Amino acid sequence: MGNKPKPKIAVFKFTGCAGCQMEILHLEEEMLQILDAFDISYWMMVKSHNLKGPYDISLIEGSVSTPREIREIKEIRARTKMLVALGDCAVTGCIPSIKNWFPQRELEKKVYPDASVIFSTKIYGIDEYVQVDVYLKGCPPHRNMILELLKGYLLGIRPFIRPHCVCVECKLRENSCLITIKNRPCMGPVTNAGCGALCPTVNRDCEGCYGPMSSPNSSALAETFRKIDLQKDDIVRKFRKYAGTTPDFRKEAEGE
Amino acid sequence: MNEKSVTVDYVSRVEGQGALSIEISADGEVKEVQLKIFEPPKFFEAFLVGRKFDEVMELTSRICGVCPVAHQITALRAVENAMGITVSDQTRDLRKLFALSAHINSNVLNMYFFAVPDLLGCESAVAMIKDYPSIVRRGLKLKKLGNDLTDLIGGKAVHPVTAVVKGFTEVPSKKDLETFKKRFKEAKKGALETVDMFAKLQIPEFNRKCEHIALSNPNEYAINEGKLISTEGLDIEESAYRQYIMEKQVPYSYAKHSFVVGRDSFMVGPLARVNLNFNRLSEDAREAAKSVSSHKFPNFNPFVAHLARAIELVHDIDECIEIMDRLPLKDEDKTVKVKEGEGFAVTEAPRGLLYHHYKINRDGIVTEADIVTPTAHNVNNLEKDLRHLVPKFPHLPSEEIALKCEMLVRAYDPCISCSTHFLKVDIRKDER
Repeated sequence: MGNKPKPKIAVFKFTGCAGCQMEILHLEEEMLQILDAFDISYWMMVKSHNLKGPYDISLIEGSVSTPREIREIKEIRARTKMLVALGDCAVTGCIPSIKNWFPQRELEKKVYPDASVIFSTKIYGIDEYVQVDVYLKGCPPHRNMILELLKGYLLGIRPFIRPHCVCVECKLRENSCLITIKNRPCMGPVTNAGCGALCPTVNRDCEGCYGPMSSPNSSALAETFRKIDLQKDDIVRKFRKYAGTTPDFRKEAEGE
Repeated sequence: MNEKSVTVDYVSRVEGQGALSIEISADGEVKEVQLKIFEPPKFFEAFLVGRKFDEVMELTSRICGVCPVAHQITALRAVENAMGITVSDQTRDLRKLFALSAHINSNVLNMYFFAVPDLLGCESAVAMIKDYPSIVRRGLKLKKLGNDLTDLIGGKAVHPVTAVVKGFTEVPSKKDLETFKKRFKEAKKGALETVDMFAKLQIPEFNRKCEHIALSNPNEYAINEGKLISTEGLDIEESAYRQYIMEKQVPYSYAKHSFVVGRDSFMVGPLARVNLNFNRLSEDAREAAKSVSSHKFPNFNPFVAHLARAIELVHDIDECIEIMDRLPLKDEDKTVKVKEGEGFAVTEAPRGLLYHHYKINRDGIVTEADIVTPTAHNVNNLEKDLRHLVPKFPHLPSEEIALKCEMLVRAYDPCISCSTHFLKVDIRKDER
């Protein structure tokens, strides 16, 4: 690297669970090398001295769900060269976006007796408000995808962002198909790859935790689910989970 | 002396988004201490209603990426209790191994990456690499140990996938566990060195007697099941939780504060567990604890929680090896009959008591959900500790008072993401 200054990374938490930050920290073996190649400018969970930027890379964990967050994501965008939506919350809103189907006031009153002090908007991925340069899907994105992104940045090449569905990875692992062989409601055909078909490999249906693949045929999968005797409510729950608010899943998530 | 106000806008090296605000009057009296949570609320209890029993563990896992395993096990046990399902000894053991792997990961994260930098005068573990490389390396190695075991059992460490109602979709192979057993035996040295490190590091001299509550079980160091006991004589079943532990709204912060009915705030977590269940720690963990001359148990200095985590690390490694030895690792029947009912479960998450309660109808749909997290239990007591800690050094500059207070917050290891579906949050100042 010579005397070239190290690229500056920032990690921000919005409405999320810290799982994506944990996934970065789970790069235990590579962590010292990462710290050798990058400067961590801002990461509240890890450091006490945090800088205001500008940053070369900002990793955003979490969705936007309050007026404060709308303001902050725009400020961060302005100070960032490459803005990364890190994980499903930042990409699609993820599990907390299930709340979007409840009337806001009813929801607030259910959890907070004095709802007048709660400032919560509907939950969306961050690209509802700012331009995103890289989407790392997954709940959380596998640590190797994060590593790939960082390596790609250093080498000046595009990281391999998978556009295909989980089924491709399932075939590569030579799993038998849960839908066609066992009549189980697997979300694999519409779900983005990246997990290595983890769930089908350990005998569980894919629940869709990497969000929609590129151009999924959601209505066809919903039709398949009906044929294996899923009720309308079951199908709605399947699509109204990790990415119900996306255009790709919205129709099925609405139960249309 | 002038009036002083100490504010920390965003407390670093904890999980989630919280702020501290302290007002000290001209005569040194602490007028106000507030731990404000500005983490956005996520409304889990509300949107769990209408979801199916077999998704509850998957959804509640997303409350917290630091302790997803604890949420999953608690959710599974509460749902199983509601539907009258009992699990096999193998599932019970494998869940304990699963929970311990997550305790190791989370406790090492707190000790080596959140807490130690303060005690060594560094701003972060990143800043420690230059002067204390062996400590950072040991921390990373121990963290990886817990993490890799969660990966093995759960498929992945953050939001694992194999734990389901009545068991696991797949159990690890004997061969895999043998490999891990070797690694755990080797890691024991690092755990003992961790105890030694916290025995030597200077912590603030600060004692405040308060009620400590933990799960307890006569046959084991309780993590996934047991009765709730306390240093003030509490002794109840998990289903009776709501009769004894309540929350109240406080006017200055809209934060609901947990308290024992008829008594006061209380502490949960590693220090409470070691205080209450010392005799059920592994022999080596007890020996390690006894060898520390600077701190004795039971102990009511909240900063000793770090040492308690280190002692638990020794125990956790010992118990993991024990469980690996006795696991039969057979495939088991996981068929479930849906039944209407109400279920409760309390477990020990790394940060302390975690409570889940569900009502499930005859179609297997959740009709009511109630979740109280460890940080929710602790925040009332943490504020009280802060109130007592600040008067010990009113004359220090504001930044140093702030640092001491932040250190106390980190000793509690709050998980703020977890806490925001019950906290009544004063976010008015932050939102305009």
